[in-house]
Amino acid sequence: MAYEVNGITVETDEEGYIEDLSKWSKEVAEIMAKEDDCELTEEHWEIINFLREYYEEFQIAPAVRVLTKQIGKRLGPEKGNSKYLYELFPYGPAKQACRYAGLPKPTGCV
Amino acid sequence: MSDEFEDDFSGEIKRFMFVNRKAPHGTIYALESLEVVLISAAFDQDVSLAFLDDGVFQLRKGQNANVLEMKNFAPTYRALEGYDIEKLYVERESLEARGMTADDLVVPVEVVDRARMAELMADQDVVMSF
Repeated sequence: MAYEVNGITVETDEEGYIEDLSKWSKEVAEIMAKEDDCELTEEHWEIINFLREYYEEFQIAPAVRVLTKQIGKRLGPEKGNSKYLYELFPYGPAKQACRYAGLPKPTGCV
Repeated sequence: MSDEFEDDFSGEIKRFMFVNRKAPHGTIYALESLEVVLISAAFDQDVSLAFLDDGVFQLRKGQNANVLEMKNFAPTYRALEGYDIEKLYVERESLEARGMTADDLVVPVEVVDRARMAELMADQDVVMSF
């Protein structure tokens, strides 16, 4: 599958994750979210931006419980919990948010 | 915190050691080992990593894997702390033979001599060698 965004072809694998991470843009995330009937709010972007920073630093997408813990540290306990993250990303915070963030699927995620 | 979505892996905790002996690029062993380690973190076991022989190069600072068209996964070892994996042992003799010290490594480690490494291995329930 592929998206056409600002004249750039962004290809994805069979599960919808971007193949070439450098082709990601905010518009790609918005298009992916729209397909899932999800409108990206500032709260969604907080998580997506965190994931991109985490990947930049460590070169992996974090496991969901690592994500939860780190979000708690950075944004406070009211956001660093499964309930909050699953409300934002009902398909799974690691899976869905990582996909919007242009990251590969988290290691160990099935 | 809600446990509604947390998996419950109750049961016996075993001691797992992942032994890394090969240089980081050129074979897939180092990366595969790292992936297994990251996955194992989900199961609440007692996990440690050991670096011996050319395996000490896996932790070396300043790797440039681009020329090999490989991903430089050295920064990922710094993520292990966030996965509650904090026991990284490096064999002193292997470092010295390669002219390296702990200062050349991307993460804080415990440098141990060969005899101590043997004891650590003997203490494990499971040792996996890569």
